[in-house]
Amino acid sequence: MATKLPRWLLGTAVAVYFFLHVPILVLVIFSFNNSKFSVDWRGFTFNWYHRLLERPDIIRGLKASLIVGSLSTIISAVLGTLLALALARHKFRGRTAFEGFLYVPIVTPEIVVGISLLILFALLKFPLGLTTITIAHVAFNISFVVIVVLARLEGMDRNLEEAAMILGADEVTTFWKVTVPQLWPGILSGALLAFTMSFDDYVITSFVSGSGSSTLPIVVYSMVRKNVEPSINAISTIILVVTTIFIYLADRLSREKPLA
Amino acid sequence: MAHVRERALAWLHRRPEAQAWSLLAPGGFWLLAFFLVPIVIMLVYSVMPRGIYGGVEPGFTLEHYRRFFDPLYLDILQRTFVWSILCTVICLLMGYPVAYVIARGGRWKNLLLFLVVLPFWTSFLVRTFAMIFLMRDSGLINNWLMKLGLIQEPLSLLYTPFAVMVGLVYGFLPFMILPIYASLEKLDLSLLEAAEVLGARPGARFRKVTLPLSMPGVVAGCLLVFIPALGSFLTSDLLGGAKQLMIGNLVQNQFSAARNWPFGSAASFIVMALVLASVMVYLRVRDRTPGGR
Repeated sequence: MATKLPRWLLGTAVAVYFFLHVPILVLVIFSFNNSKFSVDWRGFTFNWYHRLLERPDIIRGLKASLIVGSLSTIISAVLGTLLALALARHKFRGRTAFEGFLYVPIVTPEIVVGISLLILFALLKFPLGLTTITIAHVAFNISFVVIVVLARLEGMDRNLEEAAMILGADEVTTFWKVTVPQLWPGILSGALLAFTMSFDDYVITSFVSGSGSSTLPIVVYSMVRKNVEPSINAISTIILVVTTIFIYLADRLSREKPLA
Repeated sequence: MAHVRERALAWLHRRPEAQAWSLLAPGGFWLLAFFLVPIVIMLVYSVMPRGIYGGVEPGFTLEHYRRFFDPLYLDILQRTFVWSILCTVICLLMGYPVAYVIARGGRWKNLLLFLVVLPFWTSFLVRTFAMIFLMRDSGLINNWLMKLGLIQEPLSLLYTPFAVMVGLVYGFLPFMILPIYASLEKLDLSLLEAAEVLGARPGARFRKVTLPLSMPGVVAGCLLVFIPALGSFLTSDLLGGAKQLMIGNLVQNQFSAARNWPFGSAASFIVMALVLASVMVYLRVRDRTPGGR
């Protein structure tokens, strides 16, 4: 139907897009501003990026985030994929209830997840550190991976697997040679989202990190708390660039059509 | 090795349920041990007496829940509730037109959609910092207003309820747009054509066809904004200052400075109960809405 959109509607949409994106753009632009205190433009500089390299806490935080991010991504991608396979391919008692339960971690406020894990680790006398952060990140990432992989599985043609079995491949061979390659974009897209969430998380991490195990968001939070200086704009820009690339790739992969 | 593999496969063939369970076990265990069990422990903590150095003492008490009737805490509960509802309403009013434009976006659709998905996933901390950068006394908004001569002294925008509300809406708006878009996208355009042929004017077509059919998305979007707003902590923490506490800040405070773990657990359980109640309401509304499920 070729009805034109009314002008006020387009106007509202444009205004909302501005509201969503201009603050971030401003933040990025001023990470290149050659002035420590002023928000007037004083010329272009990479100074604030160089400053980041001189801060050991940022370098340590970045390392911690990369370690936690990769470990939690790999674990949640594997566990999530297995769960998705069980849900898509098998009938078992309590299947519907379990599928519903998978959505609970997604709607549970981060602060509840954070303090309940803090209580658990305190009770077990388990020292807080990169291990506890990784455990927590896997716990909130699994559900997201399951949902993404499940969507892929539902769009998949089972004929290829059946053909492989008829031609004499056993389950294990069929799984690795037929199922996994078809499923791969879904798994990768889920993994990219998991990494992004792990890399970005502040609230849950703040409860389960020990004194020597600050991830990048924890360091950034304490910087924001202390004072507002252009280095924060610089580190924010780096975080934004990384997550934008990851989200773009995840978006592309999840749109890719499965082999028919 | 081949021998072991054959035997394992043969065993799985005999017992199809075992196959399902071996796929379920690792992830299921993780969610049980590091999600469900901790929440149950938290619930138990919330009815135990407070220990002196954090932690709890053995015993049973309801005093932590009773404390919420103290005007100080009732105030926080009420503020959290009112702000979450207000934030949801504002997001709905801003988000619906955008979702509508995306759904009718033609060749721009993918780009417009990506521009909503992007903030959905970008760091909440960074986005909250962007708000500080704009709104603080020496921030961009005050700087420009002063240059234009509209104000002589900086407006105190930050650390006000206004700042928290802007931050909440800014943070959760994408959660509203995406589900509404999803339900508008599925809308059968021939229904609108039929309405047009039958003489319905654009306004009536929207009220009688589009809006009712997009209700599942509206309800889902409201839930997805309301829930994180209820449990939000970072926004009021960074933009609200000390006077604009929401329940999330109360919880955090009990686990850090105040060292009252059982009271913090009780507050946290109230958040969880409110969330579960909203999900229940959502499921009921969804099952009654035409086009839901």
